[in-house]
Amino acid sequence: MPKRVLLGLLLACGLTASALAQEPKTGGVINAVIQPEPPGLMLAMIQNGPTQMVSGNIFEGLLRYGPKLEPQPELAESWSVSEDAKTYTFRLRKGVTWHDGKPFTSADVLFSVEMLKQTHARARNNLGQVDKVEAPDDTTVVFTLKQPFGPFLGIFEVGSMPMVPKHLYEGTDWKTNPYNNAPVGTGPFMFKEWQKGSFIRLVRNPNYYEKGKPHLDEIYWQIIPDAAARSVAFETGKVDVLPGGSVENFDVPRLSKLKDTCVTGAGWEFFSPLAWLWLNNRQGPLADKRVRQAILYAIDRDFAKDVIWNGLGKVATGPSASTIRFYTDDVPKYPYDPAKAKALLKEAGYKGEKIRLLPLAYGETWQRWGEAVKQNLQDVGMNIETIATDVAGGNQKIGDWDYDIAFTYLYQYGDPALGVGRNYVSSAIAKGQVFNNVEGYSNPEIDKLFADGAVATPDAKRKEIYEKAQKILVEDVPVAWMLELQFPTITHCKVKNLITTAIGVNDGFKDAWLDK
Amino acid sequence: MLRSPSGVIGLIILLLAISIAVFGPMLFPNSPWRMVQRPFLPPFTLSAVPLGTDALGRDVFAGMIFGARVSLLVGLVSTFVALVLGVPIGAMAGYFGGKVDDALMRFTEFFQTIPSFALAIVLVAILQPSIYSIVASIAVVSWPPVARLVRGEVLSLRTREYVQAAVVTGQSNTWIILREILPNALSPVIVLASLMVATAILLESSLSFLGLGDPNLISWGYMVGAGRTVIRQAWWITVFPGVAILISVLGLNLIGEGLNDALNPRLSREGR
Repeated sequence: MPKRVLLGLLLACGLTASALAQEPKTGGVINAVIQPEPPGLMLAMIQNGPTQMVSGNIFEGLLRYGPKLEPQPELAESWSVSEDAKTYTFRLRKGVTWHDGKPFTSADVLFSVEMLKQTHARARNNLGQVDKVEAPDDTTVVFTLKQPFGPFLGIFEVGSMPMVPKHLYEGTDWKTNPYNNAPVGTGPFMFKEWQKGSFIRLVRNPNYYEKGKPHLDEIYWQIIPDAAARSVAFETGKVDVLPGGSVENFDVPRLSKLKDTCVTGAGWEFFSPLAWLWLNNRQGPLADKRVRQAILYAIDRDFAKDVIWNGLGKVATGPSASTIRFYTDDVPKYPYDPAKAKALLKEAGYKGEKIRLLPLAYGETWQRWGEAVKQNLQDVGMNIETIATDVAGGNQKIGDWDYDIAFTYLYQYGDPALGVGRNYVSSAIAKGQVFNNVEGYSNPEIDKLFADGAVATPDAKRKEIYEKAQKILVEDVPVAWMLELQFPTITHCKVKNLITTAIGVNDGFKDAWLDK
Repeated sequence: MLRSPSGVIGLIILLLAISIAVFGPMLFPNSPWRMVQRPFLPPFTLSAVPLGTDALGRDVFAGMIFGARVSLLVGLVSTFVALVLGVPIGAMAGYFGGKVDDALMRFTEFFQTIPSFALAIVLVAILQPSIYSIVASIAVVSWPPVARLVRGEVLSLRTREYVQAAVVTGQSNTWIILREILPNALSPVIVLASLMVATAILLESSLSFLGLGDPNLISWGYMVGAGRTVIRQAWWITVFPGVAILISVLGLNLIGEGLNDALNPRLSREGR
């Protein structure tokens, strides 16, 4: 009898110890869903959501960002800013190698900056204030700016500025470089194989500079085109990770209730996706500010949040998501008020001209949302015709300004100078592109505010400028802001420590481990 | 026709469906897209929405009634267009024979070698989904069987004495085809047409199910497609329109069978 008690005690101790300590375990294979299949994995040239999600674990940036967007060391182990806020010095980590064994040095950083300026529209914008980049030695890089640029330390995230191997890309035709299909980075995982339409396989980088990491042996990114099949794959245990947006919203509550299932909304702070309706300010009834305001009053955004997004997210108040720096909610409000919308339409002299609505072809949720918005607008007397289209066709129509109202959602990248201004300043009106000032809004005052805000110091001054800009924009309604989206990541609970940064799954497998 | 019980049942179903399509929307002036109640309301709980509501709180019953209009309209119009295409091609091929026949039949076979549903998807996707492109693509994929059937009939009628007599008396080809041959070739075509309406309704439903329906019109296939992903939470969103498709297609098939019995003299004689 005492023997058995002793055994029981030992067992109990052992169990509690392991439950409390949560020491990361090494090894194991993880299956994650990637939706849709990425067009390619060369992050320096392709920045689609799924590309960022897979390649963020292959490539690395100089910095990483915590949940509050605070910079953390990655390839740069430390950095300093000069007194006049114009010189940024980065000390690179020593002993870092590319997946092919060649050392990573400051020359790679200089090369990446030059390459990205040509291949990565957002990086080109972000680097606009950079006067010169120098490398005094192998492990030091110095950025000198033309003038102080408040958000500068926020541009080094892996998807915004991935480091590219100079020895494989210099002097080659980048578009046809064979390493585009088998990318070589410095990250915790190495590209192994890609069975098109089936899976992408990454394996552990045995020479990773952080000893003991990564913990996992392999990652399989499973490509499953049907949303219902993705849910089933999770339920049957075929996949362990459903990144945000990979199952339909109405499936989220059901999946969350399954046992051994963990859900988190974290890991999107850097992107803060904001959904809105492009309103073509150039032509027809929508050129009138009152009609645009009427649209905001006519749409029941709480209904969209509660019913279509199953309560996920937040009703947007203006051009900035509430997680973005210098956000203010002290702006004109547009509650759901059909009567007011009708009055405004009447005042503007709208007489039932046909208005074309382009939904976003990203699946059921967006389709239902398009139907609900159409009904809302019809209820106040607008004559709406839905145009059916696929993703590519929709992008083309929006880029050619051939639309009246169109759904979209865009990332905001933490700072109004990086992810907000591009949609409202008149210098960002360029036909053929989808993510700039597509609505054709042009206001010299806004142009000046965003130009000043990017370079103003200190932050209190920037705050003042951006709050003013938000008020003007919300009054003018250049686009109809809908929701701050939330994309919950659903995992089996045995997957630990996956979401630790502001970009979540995109670079999270470095720290993740499997509790077997 | 009225002597065959299945034909009568089919006729009743069709008349019922047509009257719902014609008069239903008058009884339900509200748009079926309007969100009227809380979402996922089960059927038979509120008399205002007898068949429950869908994922957005739209009335499933209203959707069924407006959907009947689209489904029947697409079925009838596209069948009509297919007949307008198929009958002349088949008649010319069968009547003139030789090179004309070869050319027209190779052309027909070209369409027959492509799987019809795949072709319909491609056509709708290229033309952009709308009620017109859907009718057009269903017609384009469903005329070849008509042409082949008419050709066969005309080929056999072509050799009959009364046709020969018409040729001898110097009647024009058009006159002979229209007055002498086609009226006698019509009964199998009518039977085929009634079945084609059923197939067209199914095709339209399948296209809408895949999200290739007209986004401005509600149809049964759209309702099934939109409800498919929530079938485990809310069966009624898919089941009711699914049953509507089933019943109307069944009705049309029964009519086809009844017409076949009535119009085929040999069959009816054996039957008695």
